[in-house]
Amino acid sequence: MSRFSDFGNALYSGSRSIDFVGRRKVWFGVAGIMVILAVLIPIARGGFNIGIEFVGGSEFLVSGGASKSTSLAVDAVNSVVADKFPVVTTIGADTVRVQTKQLEAQVSEDVRQALAKAYNIESSAVASSFIGANWGTDVTGKAINGLVVFIILAAVLMALYFRTLKMSMAAVVALLHDLILTAGIYGALGFEVTPAAVIGFLTILGYSLYDTVVVFDKIRENTFEVEFSKSATFVERVNLAINQTLVRSINTSVVAVLPVASILFIGAVVLGAGTLRDIALALFIGIIVGTYSTIFIAAPLYATFRSGDKKFKEAADKVLASR
Amino acid sequence: MSESSGVVKGAIRRLVWLGVISAIFASIVGLGSIYGGTTPETKAAWTPKLGLDLQGGTQIILSPLLTTGQKLTQDNLSQAVNIIRQRVDGTGVSEAQINTQGNDKIVVSIPGIPDDNTLKLIRSSATLDFRPVILASAGTSAAVGGSASPSATPTQPATTPVATSSASPTDGSDLNWVSKELQAQYEALDCSKEFRAPGQIDDPKKAIVTCSSTRAEKYILGPVEVKGVDIDNAQATTKTTSTGATTNEWVINLNFKPVGTKAFAKVTERLFPLTDPRNRFAVTLDGYVITAPSTNAVITTGSAEISGSFTKESSRNLADQLKYGSLPISFEVQSQENISATLGTSQLSSGLLAGFIGLLLVIVYSVIQYRGLAIVTIGSLSVAALLTYLAIDILSWRQGYRLSLSGIAGLIVAIGITADSFIVYFERVRDELRDGRALPAAVEQGWRRAVRTIIVSDAVNLLAAVVLFLLTVGNVKGFAFTLGLTTLIDLIVVALFTHPMLQVLAQTRFFSSGHPWSGFDSKVLALTSFVSRRNFAVAEAVPGSKVASASKEASKRQTIAERKAADALSSVVGNNSDVSGDDK
Repeated sequence: MSRFSDFGNALYSGSRSIDFVGRRKVWFGVAGIMVILAVLIPIARGGFNIGIEFVGGSEFLVSGGASKSTSLAVDAVNSVVADKFPVVTTIGADTVRVQTKQLEAQVSEDVRQALAKAYNIESSAVASSFIGANWGTDVTGKAINGLVVFIILAAVLMALYFRTLKMSMAAVVALLHDLILTAGIYGALGFEVTPAAVIGFLTILGYSLYDTVVVFDKIRENTFEVEFSKSATFVERVNLAINQTLVRSINTSVVAVLPVASILFIGAVVLGAGTLRDIALALFIGIIVGTYSTIFIAAPLYATFRSGDKKFKEAADKVLASR
Repeated sequence: MSESSGVVKGAIRRLVWLGVISAIFASIVGLGSIYGGTTPETKAAWTPKLGLDLQGGTQIILSPLLTTGQKLTQDNLSQAVNIIRQRVDGTGVSEAQINTQGNDKIVVSIPGIPDDNTLKLIRSSATLDFRPVILASAGTSAAVGGSASPSATPTQPATTPVATSSASPTDGSDLNWVSKELQAQYEALDCSKEFRAPGQIDDPKKAIVTCSSTRAEKYILGPVEVKGVDIDNAQATTKTTSTGATTNEWVINLNFKPVGTKAFAKVTERLFPLTDPRNRFAVTLDGYVITAPSTNAVITTGSAEISGSFTKESSRNLADQLKYGSLPISFEVQSQENISATLGTSQLSSGLLAGFIGLLLVIVYSVIQYRGLAIVTIGSLSVAALLTYLAIDILSWRQGYRLSLSGIAGLIVAIGITADSFIVYFERVRDELRDGRALPAAVEQGWRRAVRTIIVSDAVNLLAAVVLFLLTVGNVKGFAFTLGLTTLIDLIVVALFTHPMLQVLAQTRFFSSGHPWSGFDSKVLALTSFVSRRNFAVAEAVPGSKVASASKEASKRQTIAERKAADALSSVVGNNSDVSGDDK
């Protein structure tokens, strides 16, 4: 603890300082490259790995079988019908989930029987269903609506609170960066995009801005009347604010990410697949990306937007000249 | 000393308020569980109701019944989904998922075991039609001409041979519709027995034989004259007299769309002069007559009033049927199955386990980072958990809210976000300590700064939750709801628990002396022990009220002065932690 607090002290007093704002060109360059990669890699990979809820398909749930072997299910499906690419996962303690492309009613029934035989259970213990493409698209369409409305309202809220549009702009750019990067990581690693993942994705919105607002509030305080300061420039004060809130940012992010990591772990290990894992995965990536972008993108970007302001520039020139 | 006792008094007052809020929440649930009635629906429970994915539930698959030549378009289907969703939502079931499956199926997933009424509403998704009555009599063949149900007074005995001619009928009420076969069918009809195949489709252009849904009356009805889709709205109200006074009589106000208005005007024009039963029109749902009022006037305005011996409930039911009965296609229940609760239970226990581990990790991390202050974190999280639990319980009781897996995920994620507020606050207080304030003053000043940050960042979170809740569907709603709720509770807890607790603890020697385990370690936090100790003394001499009354603006200005001082100090004293080695 002492060391971390010492670190915090040093950052607070300014005796130790990381030049976040000064090296902004490096960070922006890195961010630019990452965003481009986040767009290109999923395209190169042939798009996102879209869940059954979005494309429609047939799903079978085999519960109570003695074996949880997934190859049994693959063989059973392939014995009935080829080219339907069964995806088999285990859910919970004793359930095997089989997803395929959409099957005809009769084929579906045959697959059900084959699965029951393969796992040596009653065919009634195999639940079969197929999902229309409607629901996932419906959810996503509305989610995108919500996203746009939220970004606009949040930008207005921040502009009112901070009394400057430039903070809003910097925060929104960082937020978009977070969304694109998270989506890119999803696409690049081939994680399945499900409605639950969309929920996690939407939550990033709130968290990413939360983190940014905490840092910006300190920047607002530090740069208050900085144009009358004889010892520090606007850019230096912004940088000081980032440094002073660094320990806070790290602590809040760690604390936010811990429960998410716990859901992710339980969701992935115990449940295998499903709502919990999908929500947590998107959030896990999003929180980490969001913390990084606040420090390396949002705040330096704000400094860039404002350092050219006449009053800050003149004051900065005077301070620098007097050194 | 009196100032600090003033601060403590204020703190205690806030804690009492928190106690009052918690007590109100708890007593709402408590009273609801005792006096809320006897059925599970009306009674409050100490555990919230769970969603389909956690407790299992009922899934109903509907498939459309098409008459030959009729085609199902995607528009039809989504319209049907909307109508069914309205119906289900109207019964107060939350997080019912209504999806299309395949190209022509509708799946209704209802958490828990739905009551009969809800099931009926979903199943009775049939065509609603208006047909003129040609013949009517009591529902059983044995009672022909005899004692009819009180609502119907058939003047024409059913046995009367009405039409034997083969002339083709000229209008909907024409007796020529009654062919020999139809008449034989009518006479043989016994409403107490099943006489229709489930989901049977009647040709809208032909006359039919059917019974009322109560099985009290049987009819021969002419072809469809007005379609249910042409109904604009139907509402149950109490009747107002011509003088504007309201009576206790329940009626249904029926409004037609333009097409319906025209058709209905035509029907009433023709029916009004006729004698009973041919002056009546029947409203059929799923082939059964749900009401068959007689025509008292020619209605050309498109708004009609159905009166009769309605109760509040029966009028509302009929109005709902009329309003939502206008599905463009009829559906039959293809399967209705209860989803096993096994998977639900395992999801629930995994979710709870994840929450527990997450909570534990957060607590461990705050102990590492904040030592003694972790007590405040743990206390605050416990209070937040208690309030959230009670709030969800109340909403589950009053609003039919059901906790789903995504809702639980929202709650777990909220642990971190709630704890973040405490961190923002604690770090602020530490900043003030670094500036050389004594702990009680640092707590006051730190709070004043932190509360702004906490409010605005929570506002952003709340905004996200509200927007998502209003603009999205299904699972996203459940998640947004819990996230928004916990954000509000976070604000309450941080203002009414975390802050007052810190105020009280700041008075204790353990914390104010900067004990290494207090989380406000004076050795670590003081920029210079010498200066800070002097400042401790000075700060203690300054009346707390003076510090507290410093205006916002003044405090901002002070910041710069302080910071300059801090800048100056830090440039003089580089490393400080050893200097206060013997400080205790």
